[in-house]
Amino acid sequence: MSLVTGLKQRFSGWFDLFGDEDDEPKNIGIYGPPNTGKTTLANRIIDDWTDDGDSVETESQDESDESEEAEDDSFGGASHIPHETRRAERKTVTIEKNGKEVELDVVDTPGVVTQVDYQDFIDYDMEKDEAVERSREATEGVAEAMHWLREDIDGVIYVLDSTKDPFTQVNTMLLGIIESRDLPVLVFANKIDLEESNVQRIENAFPQHKVVELSALEGNNVDEAYSEIAEYFG
Amino acid sequence: MKEQNITTDETSQGVQLDLLSAAEIDTMTTMEKIRFIIDSVRDHNIVILEQGLTPDEESKLVEVTMSEIDPDGFSGIEIESYPTPQSQSKGLMSKISSSLGGGNDSQEEASLTVIGPADEIETIHKDESLIQTLVQRK
Repeated sequence: MSLVTGLKQRFSGWFDLFGDEDDEPKNIGIYGPPNTGKTTLANRIIDDWTDDGDSVETESQDESDESEEAEDDSFGGASHIPHETRRAERKTVTIEKNGKEVELDVVDTPGVVTQVDYQDFIDYDMEKDEAVERSREATEGVAEAMHWLREDIDGVIYVLDSTKDPFTQVNTMLLGIIESRDLPVLVFANKIDLEESNVQRIENAFPQHKVVELSALEGNNVDEAYSEIAEYFG
Repeated sequence: MKEQNITTDETSQGVQLDLLSAAEIDTMTTMEKIRFIIDSVRDHNIVILEQGLTPDEESKLVEVTMSEIDPDGFSGIEIESYPTPQSQSKGLMSKISSSLGGGNDSQEEASLTVIGPADEIETIHKDESLIQTLVQRK
């Protein structure tokens, strides 16, 4: 955590005395490379904290349907196709945990990459037109996600696949960008239900950040994840 | 511009390396750097920056790269740089100095960076002191 962020959190109670800065929901972006479970996590947060429907503000029912569909696709037959999420989606939730309540605009973003080749989608039995369209949407989504990171995001949940080597250029670059903007960030080591999961590898790669292990798909350790979200972004 | 073109030989499938010195990089604006990198990579060259980009510049490079990707043409970039010292290892005074504008943290952390066409360059190994890259001319 940066010094500035740490000081802000330490003295957050003081800031409350001087206005309604905290009344507005914070924009919390869910970032990470493709296929790490960002949409699955976003859907779990929505499912777990909006059952009564009072605290959710979806932009449209269609988007909600797309989000659910994306989750199904992520872990169903099309589970390994990258860029399932190609548009950032924003939904408001209120998380209450350990006496802390925090209202967040959760922004599910497309997986960040530096290259998109439509040929990669053809490998998943897509026709060329569909693959080209998908790659075009993916590039727009990544550009939008990068723009939001610079302009609109107040904090980041950075989702990594704990079965994969975290020491990649995209990860170090994105976390470098987040750090340079003094944004609070929680690193989620996802997919701990899988045998190859190695959370320690992530902790070693990014020792400067709080790492929370979980399985967004199976629900393992999500309670602790919610506690950390409430504590960290509240 | 003082970048050094090591070799250019299209007929023999040679690879051109554009080495950009730290001094030259310092004279360029963010968009000039991004434009130079993308134009060079689109010409199938490998760009080596003696002093890498700041995090903000990297995010803009990704954004501009995405906007220029086109089917059957440019498919993006491969970028690699040495890991930089993590923020936790900085001293308290360094952090305070940085937060008060007493130093350009991002620039201090920028390190040698290699950028090339995504479909022609592949990183085969990277650690704190070594980047091994395979270049295949298409």
